[in-house]
Amino acid sequence: MSKMTAVLQGTLNWVDERFPLTSFWKDHLVGYYAPKNFNFWYLFGSLAMLVLGIQFVTGILLTMHFKPDASLNASGVPVSFASVEYIMRDVPWGWLIRYMHSTGASFFFAAVYLHIFRGMLYGSYRKPRELIWVFGMLIFFLLMAEAFFGYLLPWGQMSFWGAQVIVNLFSTIPLIGEDLSLWLRGDYVVGDATLNRFFAFHVIAVPLVLLGLVVAHLIALHQVGSNNPDGIEIKKNKDANGIPLDGIPFHPYYTVKDIVGVVVFLMVFSVIIFFMPEFGGYFLEYNNFFPADPMVTPAHIAPVWYFTPYYSILRAVTYPLFGIDAKFWGVMAMGAATMVIALLPWLDRSPVKSIRYRGPLYKGFLAAFIASFLILGYLGTMGQTPVRTIVAQICSMIYFAFFLLMPIYSSLDKCQPEPDRVTSK
Amino acid sequence: MSCDDKVDCGRRRLLVATAAAGGVAGVAVAVPFVTSMLPSERAKAAGAPVEVDISTLGPGQMTTVEWRGKPVWVINRTKEQLESLKKIGDKLADPKSEKNMQPEYAKNETRSIKPEILVAVGLCTHLGCSPTEKFKTGAESGIEADWPGGFFCPCHGSTFDLAGRVYKGKPAPDNLEIPPHMYLGDARIVIGEDKKA
Repeated sequence: MSKMTAVLQGTLNWVDERFPLTSFWKDHLVGYYAPKNFNFWYLFGSLAMLVLGIQFVTGILLTMHFKPDASLNASGVPVSFASVEYIMRDVPWGWLIRYMHSTGASFFFAAVYLHIFRGMLYGSYRKPRELIWVFGMLIFFLLMAEAFFGYLLPWGQMSFWGAQVIVNLFSTIPLIGEDLSLWLRGDYVVGDATLNRFFAFHVIAVPLVLLGLVVAHLIALHQVGSNNPDGIEIKKNKDANGIPLDGIPFHPYYTVKDIVGVVVFLMVFSVIIFFMPEFGGYFLEYNNFFPADPMVTPAHIAPVWYFTPYYSILRAVTYPLFGIDAKFWGVMAMGAATMVIALLPWLDRSPVKSIRYRGPLYKGFLAAFIASFLILGYLGTMGQTPVRTIVAQICSMIYFAFFLLMPIYSSLDKCQPEPDRVTSK
Repeated sequence: MSCDDKVDCGRRRLLVATAAAGGVAGVAVAVPFVTSMLPSERAKAAGAPVEVDISTLGPGQMTTVEWRGKPVWVINRTKEQLESLKKIGDKLADPKSEKNMQPEYAKNETRSIKPEILVAVGLCTHLGCSPTEKFKTGAESGIEADWPGGFFCPCHGSTFDLAGRVYKGKPAPDNLEIPPHMYLGDARIVIGEDKKA
């Protein structure tokens, strides 16, 4: 036995001289100290990574059967649409893999939204974690692009008209807009050229960059260490060996905790895949079960649920400004609504990081922000009426007020003193 | 750059020149890469004019034909519908069609060559959805009590009248595009060509 151990140790030494295996294991797992007071909210980062893994594996398998081709087959159905039906009906377990991928997209956004919200609750974006936040927001933008490109591929009615609308968003930019959207489409209308390039973006270009950004996000995190629900730095209190008193090794403590999260997550994930993969039209929209028809827009068109808050902001802008069309400002408002989140590290002037020690002003603004975000999301799934437009306009104002007034109210707020050591509630 | 004992200026100049040449080559190769994503020759060639026979299109009826992958509507408007166009001028963003969304010969009150026949590209000028026909008037249309008939875009709620003119205060900035078209006799229209007009 001891001979066996010696052989293994020898092999490990051989590797370590050539590749930093042991030091990587130490630096990032058994010797990486994370605050001991992580709660429920800290599960969503690892869950987002899990979904990323699921999307990669199921996506590669789907690519083996899917055909990005808008031409009509012998039965008059677009080849792309027919190949998704083929996956659902004829490929062994194809339905499962496809439902994992489509449900995975929605769960990816659910995990990422909750992960971002966690950062807002506990001030995880504050100094010295600004770059983690910025990388994270870039991941969020790319994820939106990835979901958008992927949604065109089944070439259903919602795929087609969704792409038509989003590509035309670019045409609203003065001077270069028309040429830019032509370049993105590769044709004068959304067509086969568009489908093929969106396939290329979806399966290789965006995933590659996404993976690189996830690595950058984690490298930046491990450079400064995790924040925690108290929003205080555990590195301020270290023992004689330089180990944070309130820190515990990531492995085995948090790997085990994350596995509990993974198990619960997979249970929910399975229930949806097996019993409600369309999720009442929210995960897979009914109109996407019709092949794309460039002549007819469906009577009710709405994006998938994870885009609806921003979609509501887009259509809430109905008046021109500075002699430029309302639609340009709608697009600008939508873009600004996603990007303003990345500015949080520089907008927040509070002396404390965590919601636990913040004052009533911040809590009030945050509550209004959450309410406006949810209402905008709900309105985005609905058709437009004059009353709903006004509600969407008010909610859009609240959304932006939360961010743009933050330098004022966060510095005026009456905060409670932060503790010296982390607390466990 | 100052040259002293520690810096070999000859080598430094060579480095800068090499980096610059490499940069130029990198930019040069980006041109074919970026240009490859523009419409291909095949995509540019597709776009021939289409012919429509309107002899069977009764008053109040509409037909849709495909031209360059876009829906083009041909609508035979009734007298009442044409009358309604005159009454709603103050509700429209561009009632006199002053913006360049139509050929010269369609820059009139009905935005058409023959008053009753409207030929329009059926794509909303907001973000390119195809508006739905709402020819029923009044509250029955589900839009408003004094709706005179027209089109409603399901995507972002823009409304258009029966001449494709956009209502004020809606996300769409312009009237619907009138494509170049001409008549070959009484009941045949060519869409996409207007040389003889």
